[in-house]
This record gives sequence, C-alpha cells and structure tokens, in this order.
Amino acid sequence: MTAAATLEVRDLHVWFGLGHGRELHAVRGISLALRPGERLGLVGESGCGKTTAILALMGLLPPTASVSGQVLLGGENIMARGEATLRPHRWRDIAMVFQGAMNAFNPVRTIGAQIAEPMRLHATVPRKAIPARVAELLELVGIPASRASRYPHEFSGGMRQRAALAMALACSPRVLLADEPTTALDVIVQAQILELLRSVTEELGLAMIFVSHDLPAVAVICHRAAVMYAGQVAEEGPVPSLLRDPRHPYTRMLFGATPDLWEGSAAQPIPGAPPRLDRPIIGCSFAPRCDRVMGHCQEQRPDWLQVAEDRFAACHLNAGLPAAQVQP
Amino acid sequence: MSTLPLRADAAAAAEAAAGTTVTGSRLAAARRILASEPQTAVGLAIIAVFIGVALLAPVIAPYSPTTQAGRVYAAPSAAHWLGLDDGGYDVLSNLIYGARTSLLVGFVAALVGIVIGGGVGLLSGYAGGRADGVLMRATDYFLVIPDIPLMIVAAAIFGQNLRNIIIIIGVIYWTSTARLIRAQVKSLRERTYIKRVQSAGASHYRVLRYHLVPQVGPLLIANTVLMIANAVFAETYISFLGLGDPSVISWGKMIQDSLTGGAIFYSAWWAILPPGLAVTIVVLGATMAGQGIEDALNPRLRVGHLAVRRFRLRPLYGDLERE
Amino acid sequence: MTEGAVTTGAAMGGSPLLDVRGLVARYPVRGVAGVRRWRERPVVHAVEGVSLTVAAGEIVALVGESGCGKTTTAQAVLRMLAPDAGSVLLRGRDITRLSHRELRPLRREMQMIYQDPYESLDPRFRVRDAVAEPLIIHRLAAAGAERHELVVGALELVGLTPPELYLDRFPHELSGGQRQRVAIAAAMIVQPRLLVADEPVSMLDVSVRAGILALLDTLRRDGLGVLMITHDLSTAAHHADRICVMYLGRIVEQGPASAVVHSPAHPYTRALLSAVPRRDPRAWAAPEVLPGELPDPVRPPRGCGFHPRCPVAVPECSAVLPRLRAAGPAAHLAACHLIADVQATDGAG
Repeated sequence: MTAAATLEVRDLHVWFGLGHGRELHAVRGISLALRPGERLGLVGESGCGKTTAILALMGLLPPTASVSGQVLLGGENIMARGEATLRPHRWRDIAMVFQGAMNAFNPVRTIGAQIAEPMRLHATVPRKAIPARVAELLELVGIPASRASRYPHEFSGGMRQRAALAMALACSPRVLLADEPTTALDVIVQAQILELLRSVTEELGLAMIFVSHDLPAVAVICHRAAVMYAGQVAEEGPVPSLLRDPRHPYTRMLFGATPDLWEGSAAQPIPGAPPRLDRPIIGCSFAPRCDRVMGHCQEQRPDWLQVAEDRFAACHLNAGLPAAQVQP
Repeated sequence: MSTLPLRADAAAAAEAAAGTTVTGSRLAAARRILASEPQTAVGLAIIAVFIGVALLAPVIAPYSPTTQAGRVYAAPSAAHWLGLDDGGYDVLSNLIYGARTSLLVGFVAALVGIVIGGGVGLLSGYAGGRADGVLMRATDYFLVIPDIPLMIVAAAIFGQNLRNIIIIIGVIYWTSTARLIRAQVKSLRERTYIKRVQSAGASHYRVLRYHLVPQVGPLLIANTVLMIANAVFAETYISFLGLGDPSVISWGKMIQDSLTGGAIFYSAWWAILPPGLAVTIVVLGATMAGQGIEDALNPRLRVGHLAVRRFRLRPLYGDLERE
Repeated sequence: MTEGAVTTGAAMGGSPLLDVRGLVARYPVRGVAGVRRWRERPVVHAVEGVSLTVAAGEIVALVGESGCGKTTTAQAVLRMLAPDAGSVLLRGRDITRLSHRELRPLRREMQMIYQDPYESLDPRFRVRDAVAEPLIIHRLAAAGAERHELVVGALELVGLTPPELYLDRFPHELSGGQRQRVAIAAAMIVQPRLLVADEPVSMLDVSVRAGILALLDTLRRDGLGVLMITHDLSTAAHHADRICVMYLGRIVEQGPASAVVHSPAHPYTRALLSAVPRRDPRAWAAPEVLPGELPDPVRPPRGCGFHPRCPVAVPECSAVLPRLRAAGPAAHLAACHLIADVQATDGAG
C-alpha cells in the first residue's frame, strides 16, 4: 500500500492437502498492510482462517500446506523462497505469541531459561548480556525479575501469558503477532494483558497484528481492524469508523451478535454456518446467510472496494456509491 | 446441513477430515486402519496364511506326521520337500501339523492374557484410589516372576499338557496389557462425556460397558495381536526346553527333538531350520500387524510432527479462477 | 457465614426449586507427585458458605473468575461430590447426605450441560443414541417407537429441525453449536426441573451463542430452573434474572441482574464490570485494573477475602468477615463493610 509499511501481505493463499487430491482452501487471498507502530486487529470466528494466515506469515505451517502470495517485511518478500527466506527473519523481525501460549512452557525448565532460549538460538544478544536482557524483559511485562529462576507451574495463567510475551520480544522484533492472547483468561486479567500489550507496543514502537474472535477486546486496543470470513477479508478500516458504520453485512451482524454489557438489545445470532472450505465458493461467500442479499450476490464475487477514506469492503452493496473504487 | 467442524484452525479441520481420529462407523475405522500402513495388511496376511495352513492341515499335509516314511534324517527330495526328521517322519507334514499347536496355544494364551490384563486394567483405571493401588501392586508382583523357573515348577507340579502351558503363558504375559489399558482408562475417565452421563445417572456398569470398553476395544485388539506374537514364541521355547506337552507336535518340540536327536551332527538343516523359520515368520507377522494397528489408533505415538515443518510454495497466479 | 437462603420473587410461590444453604466444600491439597502431607494437611477452601436459590422458571447466573469455586458449587449441587457442610435441597427434599443409590432416581430431575461441546458427546455414539441414553438410564420408554418419538421431540425442542437430518449423525459431523444443542436435548429428554449449565456458550462462536442462550430462555419459560455458571458478565446481564457474584468461595454480591450490573455495591463487582471491554470503544472508560491476582485458596486472607486487592479497604476488612447485607431493593445483597457508607454517599449506589 505505502512504501512505509512495516509489513505488507499481498494476496496470501493457503491450502491444506486432505489426501486423495482434495484440498482445503483455508486462506483465500488476503492483503493487509501494517504501518509502523500500528495495531491491527484481525477479527473473525472459528474457521475463518485468521490463525492460519498469521501462522503462514511465520512459516509455521505443516507439510500438508501450500502457500502462495507475497509477504513484504520492510520491502523484502520473505515468502519468496519459503522456509529459506523466512527463517532468518523468524523471531528476529517477526515474532508471535501463540494461542494457549501459557500452557506451552516446558515444565522442567525455568521461565528465565526459556525466555533466554531464543536469544541464544538466534544469537541476537551476546552471551554475557543475556541475563540482564532477560531481567529487562521480565520487568517490561510486569513480572519481578527475581522470578526468572522459577518454573512455569509456579506462575498463574496471567503471569505465564506475560512470560510468553517476554519470550516473543526476546530478539527485539519489529512486528508482533498475537493469536488470541486473552482467550481463556479471566476478565480482570484480560484487561491487564490488553493494557500490557498496548503499553509495550507503544513503548517499543512495535507494529502488532492482534487476532481474536472477541470484538470488544480488539476494539479496545487496535487502531485498525480487518474482519475475516471464510478465508477472505470482508471489511477493513480504522476501528471507530468500522464500528460506527459497518459496510459489510457480516460485520454488522457480528456486532449485533456480540452482547454489550449495558446496551439494552439482546444479541442476535447469525443463522446458518460458514461455507465449506474444501469446495469452490461461487459468488460472495456470505451470501447464503446475508440479510441484504441481492440477485447477483450468489454468482459474482464482490470486488474489494474502497468505500471511504482508508475504508475497504468486499460487498456488492457498496458498488455504485460515489466514493467506491475498485482496488487491485 | 453438514459442515466441517468449526473448532480451532483449518489445519486441525484438515486433519480431522483426513481421518486420524477413531470416530464414526466401525467399518470405516477398520478400513482406515488397514490402509494407513502397509505393514498392517502384510502382517495380517501372514497370520491369515498360517491360520489357513493350520486349519487345512489334514488336507494339505502330504503325509501323516506319525508314519515313518523312510530313513532317519533323509535329505530333502522330490517326494519329501523338507526331508525326514530324527524319527523318519516327514518334516513338512510335521511342520504343517505343528502350526496347529503353536497357533492354538498362541491365540488362546493371548486371549487369557488379554482377559486378565484387560479386566485388571479396566477395573484399576476406573476405580482409582485404593483398589487401583492394590491391583497395581499385584501386577508388579506378577511382573517380576521369572518365567522359566515358573514353568519348570508348574510343569513339575501340574504336569505337562497344553492346558497348563496356555495358563502359564497367560499368567506371565498379562501385565503389560493391564498397564496399557489402565493408563488409557484413567485418561478416558476424565473426559467430559463420561462425566456428563455419570451426572445424568449412568451406572458404573453402563459407563464401562458402553463408553469405556468400546473406546479401549481397538487398543485391546492391537495388544492382543502383539500378545499372540509373544505367546507363540513362549510356547516354542517352553517346548524347546522340554517342558511342553510330549504328546503333541509343535514347532518348539521339533526343534528340541532335532537337537537332542543330533541333527547338527548329521548336518540335517532341514530338521532344524523350518520350524525356527516358521516361528520367526509368524511372530514377525503378528508384530507387524499389532504395531500397525496400534500406530493407526494412536497417532500421538508418531513423532514425525515434531520435526521442522516444511510447507510448499505455489507459483503465483495472475488470475485465481482455478476452481 | 451468610444468613439463611434468600428466596426470589419468581412467579411460582412456595419453596424454591433449588435451595442451597451454607454450602461448604473443601478438598485436600496434593503435594507434588500426589503424596498427601499428613502433618500439615493443607486444604483448598473451594466453597465457604454459599447460599443461593433457584426458582422454577428462573435463570440464576453464578459469576466469578476461575478459582472462585463456582464449578465446585455446581458439582456439589448435582451431588457429584459430597459437601463438607451445609445443605442442598431439591424441591424441598434434602439431598445433601443421600447415598448414590438413593440419588439415582433424583438425578432425573437435575441435569447438567458442560462447557466444551466438543467433548460432551461420546464420539462413537450417533445423535440418536446419545439423546436416547438418558431414557435408558432412567428406564423410561422401553419400546422403540416411543423412544423414537421422545428423541425426535427432544431434537425439535432444541431447534435441530428437521430431526431426521440429525438422528444418524456422529458428533464430528456437527458444529459446536449443534453439539451443544444435542447435549441440551439429552438433558431435556428426561424432563428435569433444574438445569445446571457450566459455561454453556464460552467455547462457541459469538454468532452462535445468542441462539443457544435464546434456547435456554425458551426452556425456562416452560418452567425449567437454570443455574448458569459463567465468567462472562455480558451474558449474565442479558440472560439471567439474578446474578450471584463469587469470590474466593463466597458470594460477595447477589441480586436482580439489572441491579447488580447497574448499581454494583461490592468493590469486586465494580472492578469486574469496569474490566469488561465494551463493544463501542468510546463508551469504555479505563478499567479499574486491580493489582495482583486471586489469592491462594489454601490460605485465604483473614476477614474479607477481597481486602488485599480492594481499592477502598478499611482496617475492619482485614479482621472481620463481612456478611451479606441489603444493598438495594428487591433482595440485592452484598458482603461489604462499607455498604451503608456507599448507599449514603452515592444515593443510587
């Protein structure tokens, strides 16, 4: 999009082989741009491909997967030759906090040792300086540095999530990917972690992609958000604008299904279920469930349109509006 | 309307669709197991062949195994493909009839072991607490009993016959099954659907019979097949040591007879090698089949997924209307 | 310890469907490798004197963070474990000390649905068998045709229509929401009076949750009493009639849902509410970020369990355990020493 983008994804596709020649087309051409210091939320329900997409950015896909598209980190396509071009950047420039990271610690090694591990592996910090750096990271995420010699089971879930964040920051990356970091946490701890993510990314000037199905959590700390459905981006734009004026029926219905604590109206479920991704999808993938479906929605795939300043949506309802321009 | 499971990411969905979980109809599950690894089918085929041989012994054996047909240790010839043994009997016929004993003992002893081991494991894993502790201690005691001295003592006290051999083999080998089943039952017992039917009022019998046993059943089958390998081998060396039933033909007895009859002295390899080879092949076949079934049932036993993951790249397309 | 049970203003008069009084449940802590330390015998104080009621046709939400004891409370209500003290009355009958055999017929009246729809169903059972199983357990409907009728009826009740489409499916062929509906059908087929729902929608997609909650709403209008355990305050606010907030094994606030959400009297409730992200970020004020985390239930603090983290604690809070006292109209209670002050200064509280 712009030359100054820290991370740019162009037309990313991911397929999973299912055996006997069948394939699951999990990510169907998504494009994103992440500006320096920006927090982008990737919102969607289970099966929409958001986790697969960011795993693809890190190159952490199983052998049954195949990928196409470009991933530009600082202008360089790190997906050009797959693992070969991704490996030098993994963790050093782009790091990830995984879903359920708090349960993924090695129980027989101390937290400090595990945070130090990426530093050792990627040789980003001189050996003598590693303990000091570990202490620095722990303090940054709100864990007293003295607890570096403790084992994972001595920490609570929230503390382990903080430690997972420290591990991701170990090699001072430019981009942080966070996959559902607050799911499975209590609401008070969740608020703490969200606040932590916000302050850490601000302080270090990091760009972050925050993947979640929890819309309010995304709304709280992200500048921009992209809503995903059936492997594609349905809509994208700055969060306040997205909330105030959704331009895709799925976004609007998703808001409608999310209960708000004080708002009077009860949540409305979205009828039906997402389409199967192991078969071709003709037309708009949301058409069978859409409440504003039109005649040609089931036949023609909607273009990616710019519907307003910095706002994009893939929906036929936006065609014909004066501001709409087709984007490549 | 049927949809893919929406849980977790697409990779998990893909795996589920590819069928590495044991759910759904039994026939589909059986087909999956057979197809997953070639060794399974090969192993089962080998066992099937030997079962066939054992069952059809009177039909396919060229001679009677108890009728003298010529000189002692006559070499193989067109009339006697494996020559004659120390009593002048046809080796091939003895081999064929020996299959009956070895397989019979193997299967029945494995069954005894599975019933005892499976029962102990089931009860132990389900009951937990003190009962579990007691049963596990008992298992440990049986584990440390040395098998050969036990066989010698049993042969001396109870006499040498097939029934006793079967019992002894079962008694020696049930412990591994018990541990395996216990571990499986212990983890299954904590599953939500078990708790749900318990909270709905299901009796222990119901939970065991309809929910736990069917789930451990396949694992039990895999273990049974592996046990058959052990049992056949055990019968062979019991007979080889002279503790077997002297009135029946078995491969172990054939080996023992040939050694005490001085086959080596006469360079009569045809009297020693065939039974040994037969045992080896049967054990190999059972092991292959058992391990194949176990691997298919328990994908977590595989460690391939721990290796570095390599995904593939596709060339960029200008227009993605491939579908 | 809290004072007696507070009955509700539900339509059905008389004794409530579920009456829990002074429930106490503790269990011993295991050391590493499961060895009990006999000398110290530390004990997890999971539930310390919980009293609540559920009336027919009412949804009561039990809200709290993980570790506060709400799941243990639910297990005690269903007699999946024997409480150490207190009593559980189901339709007026004390079931606290009954043996398992005596409990069996009563289990028909109270059913539970679980958090994880992907684990709630035996993967080898078809929908038809899973839903029919409770009938077999309780020996209702012996004949095949009658059983089939009831199964079809249950599936229709939970919105899985046409039922014929689902009867022969295996769980892995269903979505999360559909599986949860099957679990509800299996629970409802025996026509229970009380349904305990442990986080019934937390593992489902947002677009599916509202459907399941609407289903529970429909069921309770037919007279079912529901005890819903949830950590999601938004769900509780919209779907429950009453909310009970738990902290460290005790109920710290309870009352009509709207009162608890709009006029929280207990500092913990206030903190919880402020921490819930709002859909509209403009409406979200900075959360009252509480320091620290839930204390160790093996060694709970003296006095009010919340005082180490409470922003408005006074010296009395660390010495004396506060009792539930009136904090507003319509049986709105809270266990806090500062309540009288709160009401005096804020008026509406």
